[in-house]
Formats: sequence, C-alpha cells, structure tokens
Amino acid sequence: MNDFLPTGIQLSYLLAASLFILGLKKLGSPATARNGNAIAAVGMLLAIVVTLLDQNVLNYQMILVGLAIGSAVGAIGAYAVKMTSMPQMVGLLNGLGGAASALVAVAEFWRLLEHSQTIPLDVNISIVLDVFIGGITFTGSAIAFAKLQGILRGTPITYPLQQPVNALLLIAYVVGSVFLVMSPHNLGIFLGITGISLLLGVLFVIPIGGGDMPVVISLLNSLSGLAAAAAGFVVMNNMLIIAGALVGASGLILTQIMCKAMNRSLFSVLFGAFGQAAAGG
Amino acid sequence: MTETLLAALFVFVLASFVGFEVINKVPPTLHTPLMSGSNAISGIAVLGAIVASGAKESSLSVTLGLIAVALATVNVVGGFLVTDRMLQMFKKKAG
Repeated sequence: MNDFLPTGIQLSYLLAASLFILGLKKLGSPATARNGNAIAAVGMLLAIVVTLLDQNVLNYQMILVGLAIGSAVGAIGAYAVKMTSMPQMVGLLNGLGGAASALVAVAEFWRLLEHSQTIPLDVNISIVLDVFIGGITFTGSAIAFAKLQGILRGTPITYPLQQPVNALLLIAYVVGSVFLVMSPHNLGIFLGITGISLLLGVLFVIPIGGGDMPVVISLLNSLSGLAAAAAGFVVMNNMLIIAGALVGASGLILTQIMCKAMNRSLFSVLFGAFGQAAAGG
Repeated sequence: MTETLLAALFVFVLASFVGFEVINKVPPTLHTPLMSGSNAISGIAVLGAIVASGAKESSLSVTLGLIAVALATVNVVGGFLVTDRMLQMFKKKAG
C-alpha cells in the first residue's frame, strides 16, 4: 500500500503528458485550437496538484502562497495586456519560465553543496546545461520584450567584434563548466558561468531587428522547453522531461514554419545583422 | 550511466520525436497562439520548482525554489489565459 501514492503520481503524470500532446495537436488547427489550449491547461493543473501530494514536498503552505501569487499576477497580466501587445507578452512570460528553470538548477546546486560532499557527475552536467539554457532564455526574452515594447530601439544593435566576443564568452562558459564539473564546490566558477549565460542572452538578441522578434521569441520558447527538460534531469522528474522535450521540439518546428512564412532562413534571422559587417569574416 | 539516467534519456529523445511530429501545416494565423500555448506548457518548470522548495527548512535553496514557483506559475497561468484570449478573438473574426 505504501506504493499507492507514488504510483498514482506517476500515472497522473502519464495522463498529463498525454493531455499535453493532444492539446498541442489540437492547437495546430483553427477549429479545435481553443479546445486544445483548455486540454493542455487541464493537464498542467493535474500535474501541479499531484506534485503537491508528493510525500517529499513538506513545505506546501509556502508553495501554495507562491502558486497563489503567481496565478494572481499571471491572470491580471493576461487580462490587462492589449491584443496588439501579445507577442511581447508571450516573450515576457517565456522569460519568466526560463528564469524559473535556471533557478531550479541554482537551488539544487546550493542544496547539494550544503548537504553532500560530492555532486554526481550527471546531476552536475544537467545543472550546468540548465543554467546555460535557462539563463539565455531569461535575458534573451527580456531583451525581445524590451525591443517590441519600445523600451529598447527595435533596430539591430551592432558593434565591432560582436561575433568574436560572443564566441569567446561561449568558450569561457564551456571551460568554466568543465572546471565546475571537476571541482563542484567552487562557488566562484558557478556564479561566473551563471553571469556569462545571462550576458549571452542579452548579446544574442540585441543584434536582431524588431521585425524578426516573433521568430526569436518562438526560438526562445523552444529553448525554455529545453531548459525545463534540463531541470527535469536535475531533479529526475519524467513529467518535466516529457513536457520540456515536447515544447523544445515543437517550438523548433514552429520556428522553422514561421521563418518559411516570412521567406527567411533561420540563419539570416539570427545573424542577418552581421551580413554587411561580417561578410568578410 | 545509471539506469535512471538512461531511462530519462530514452524518455527525452522519444518525447522530442513526438514534439516534431505533432506540429504540421499550421496556418499563419495560428502561429502566435500555438507559440503562446506551448510557452504555457514550458511553465512545467513549476514542478521542478515545487520539488526544489519541498523541504521544510529555511535555506537559500528553498527560497530560490519558492521564487521559481511564483515565476513559473505566472508563466503557466498567464500563458494559458493569453492564448485563450487570442483564440477567442480569432473565432469571433472567423464567425
């Protein structure tokens, strides 16, 4: 009988994952789209409720407070936003999701540092990936939001040596990650790579023009799915891995479809601003 | 590799293929709602946040987890509601 609750949770996850797949499928055609959205929402509610029943979750009062605050802010925001501002609203929400995934990795890293001598290699790699993808999604989406909202100018922002700087930061991240995996207790390196991932998100999006932002948001949406999947590897939760992989893959396909509809290639959207400046290099 | 990790990798790869297959021939008007709906699903990070903040103790990791719970919930609730608003308008236009 002791297995009853954990088995029930896993079976509910299976049901929730099926609802997500069904919902995404229905979202793709006009007649069933609204229905599909509702089905996915039911799946999400189910997944959240059964996770709260997990016997390792003892802190449910505080978590319920967090859920209530998040729901209120989300609902008010969703009804307050103008229909014309929808793309940046999606970008903003996406950034919050990415931030949440990255925070899960940071929280787990901290917990492991406090409670155990060593961090298992696979967990450590998942944490590094989660911080990387989640961090880029967070700041990248924030810049996309700022550009569409008119806080930043929409035209591409370029400066000399932009690409080499990005490449150097990327290399620094990889090197930092390897160091961290070898000596997990080095907090300085962990904070360093977290900072790099946040910076890379900004630098990745500022050279892209406002008109291409919907495609960028779609790509960042795909990334936030991957971040959630990475978080799933960190805490070893199948539901996170399935939903994250679904969003990661379907988001990538959708990004390609959107590019095709604009007669552009994804490469020219992402690196188009460098076309004139970096043609020689 | 441990057995759990291997099983998780299987799940990840197979779910990715499902994600690729589930999207095809989406009319342009549905691009933004579909993006928004799948964005709401990526708020699933809330589960990870709940697990991360599950311990009943006051530590930095629990605090970070609770912040993540709130942020991911904004993503989930806002995402589904925004998608519904878009689709509602879409229907009125069509009908």
